[in-house]
Amino acid sequence: MIKITNLQASIDEKPILRGINLEIKAGEVHAIMGPNGSGKSTLASVLAGRDHFNVTGGSVEFMGKDLLEMSPEDRAREGVFLAFQYPVEIPGVSTTNFIKTAVNETRKYRGLEPLDAVNFLKMMKEKMKLVNIDQSLLSRSLNEGFSGGEKKRNEIFQMAMLEPKLAILDETDSGLDIDALRIVANGVNEYRSKDNAFLVVTHYQRLLDYIVPDFVHVLYNGRIVRSGGKELALELEEKGYDFIKNEFAVTEEA
Amino acid sequence: MTDAIQKINDRYQSSEALHDLKEHAIADFRKLGVPTVKHEEWKYTRVGSLLQNVLEVQAPDQVKPEDIAALKLPGDAYEIFVINGKFSTAFAPEGMIVSSLGTEAKGQYKEIIEKHLGTSSRYHQDGINAMNTAFADHGLFIFINRGKKIDKPVYIYYINDNRQFPTLSLPRALVYVSAAAEVEITEHYISLGSNDSFTNQVTEFVVEQDAIVNYYKIQNEGPNASQVSTTQFTQIGKSLTNATTISLSGNIIRNNLNMVMEAEHGESHMYGLYLLDGKTHVDNHTIVDNVMPNCFSNELYKGIMDGESTGVFNGKIFVRQDAQKTNAYQSNKNVLLTDTASVNTKPQLEIFADDVKCSHGCTIGKLDEEALFYLRARGIGERSAKSLLLHAFAVDILDNIKSEPLREYVDKLISERLEFNF
Repeated sequence: MIKITNLQASIDEKPILRGINLEIKAGEVHAIMGPNGSGKSTLASVLAGRDHFNVTGGSVEFMGKDLLEMSPEDRAREGVFLAFQYPVEIPGVSTTNFIKTAVNETRKYRGLEPLDAVNFLKMMKEKMKLVNIDQSLLSRSLNEGFSGGEKKRNEIFQMAMLEPKLAILDETDSGLDIDALRIVANGVNEYRSKDNAFLVVTHYQRLLDYIVPDFVHVLYNGRIVRSGGKELALELEEKGYDFIKNEFAVTEEA
Repeated sequence: MTDAIQKINDRYQSSEALHDLKEHAIADFRKLGVPTVKHEEWKYTRVGSLLQNVLEVQAPDQVKPEDIAALKLPGDAYEIFVINGKFSTAFAPEGMIVSSLGTEAKGQYKEIIEKHLGTSSRYHQDGINAMNTAFADHGLFIFINRGKKIDKPVYIYYINDNRQFPTLSLPRALVYVSAAAEVEITEHYISLGSNDSFTNQVTEFVVEQDAIVNYYKIQNEGPNASQVSTTQFTQIGKSLTNATTISLSGNIIRNNLNMVMEAEHGESHMYGLYLLDGKTHVDNHTIVDNVMPNCFSNELYKGIMDGESTGVFNGKIFVRQDAQKTNAYQSNKNVLLTDTASVNTKPQLEIFADDVKCSHGCTIGKLDEEALFYLRARGIGERSAKSLLLHAFAVDILDNIKSEPLREYVDKLISERLEFNF
């Protein structure tokens, strides 16, 4: 589904990603773990098209197309979804109106008729159950005054509405208590299928108890330094990131 | 410039009733003249040359109903037409009198007019206000009876018929709202042609105890229409006023809005939205003068500036020595869409009392990049995302338009401009 080859990116001339190689196939869940500052969120942002990062090398192929050539909106319409670490509050834009616009612009791009009010509401009702989100929340301004948990649930709700092929969850677990975490993870698991894929960016193993990955990658200093199965996450949790740092420092010198 | 008065005078027949006021105003005009940019309050807004262009005043064409049909405000209303500054038809629906100042100044309302006409000149020591005052007798007088809630909104259409010639209009109005009365009044400015026009307008509201006034000003004229528009509310009794100013197009627009809170426990809200493009210049000068204690005022002005447009916001809050327990808030926020648009904003507080709550602030910025990215990351195109954000920015002001038809009308104008169609 997505093939990332030697991806390099920098901000203000400072390299953050130093050659990422990663391939994700349909039906797979990949977790990216790593210490703070390792480049996890940068990778998520670069894939979604945030323009304050400079891509300085490498390529990203998504469903056979050059992802890096596309505007953020076209990436979303093609089926890339980024659940934000810090969802933005936008006063004056109702959540429902926003999602309707997003859904219909995406449908238009895919050559589908816009959803009428009845079908849109039907779809909303169905997806709302997925993350246990309340109608009253959706009639409010987008994320304005939402709690941390409400914001993250809203992200997963949007994901369910937009039906992406690849969902990138950027530290979706941060700031969530265990109940909210369960709800969010449940929403993800419900959506998970053989046709879509997930890239779960997280600092902690905790989330991966609920969203069980097929592969775990450790990002350090802008590179994937270790890859393995879900047991790698447990190992990291046990030993902490220091062991990666030490090991990697040694390898680097050798 | 003195012969300006003469030129205008030749076109007006004065009534005896306001003769003294006229003499004073002409003397003031001779002394003060038209303000130049050296005048602190006119630093960014140049009006002298505009006036020069329109002095060869011509008689208006006959304005026919179909000429303005498309420009009418929505819904059933009491309509007042002021064409090139001249008000013509008096009428008196239940609870209200609409007449001319010249007529009423020698009749039943003589005392009220003598006492209240011209009080705004205290706040505007400039020749512009004096010039208008000199020809006040052709102006409009509206009186709302005690305890009356006027059943329909009052729409005042200021029509510049500049199809054949440049026009100079000097509309004047005094609105007296008696105790416990309630009225909604909208001033709507329209130009029919594309010749230069200059409107020098003054409206004075006097609001008695327990009265409620909802006031709207909608400026949506052609690119060659300029105006200096002064609106003053004097709350002589504890009352509630809401004033909303919407500026959408024109050449050079200067608005002076004064709230004079002369009674305890008065409340006033002032909202403004300027949505500018091209070379339009809009200057909003506001004054809240807290004379008595325990008054509340809130002010929010927002601007969206595109093209080479320029904006000015100058908000003054005075809290006089006796005006303890005043609550006065003021905020001005601007979004610049181009590098060639600009805005000068100057909030000012002058407080002489010691137990008050006042705040003021202003922001000038571009569209929030993070919000824009968030919308685009959901598949919303860049143009749609921008218009969604700009509309959301403006909605704050629209939400304060209490009249639903009017709110929808203004929303439609703004949505069209922002290509907002969600």
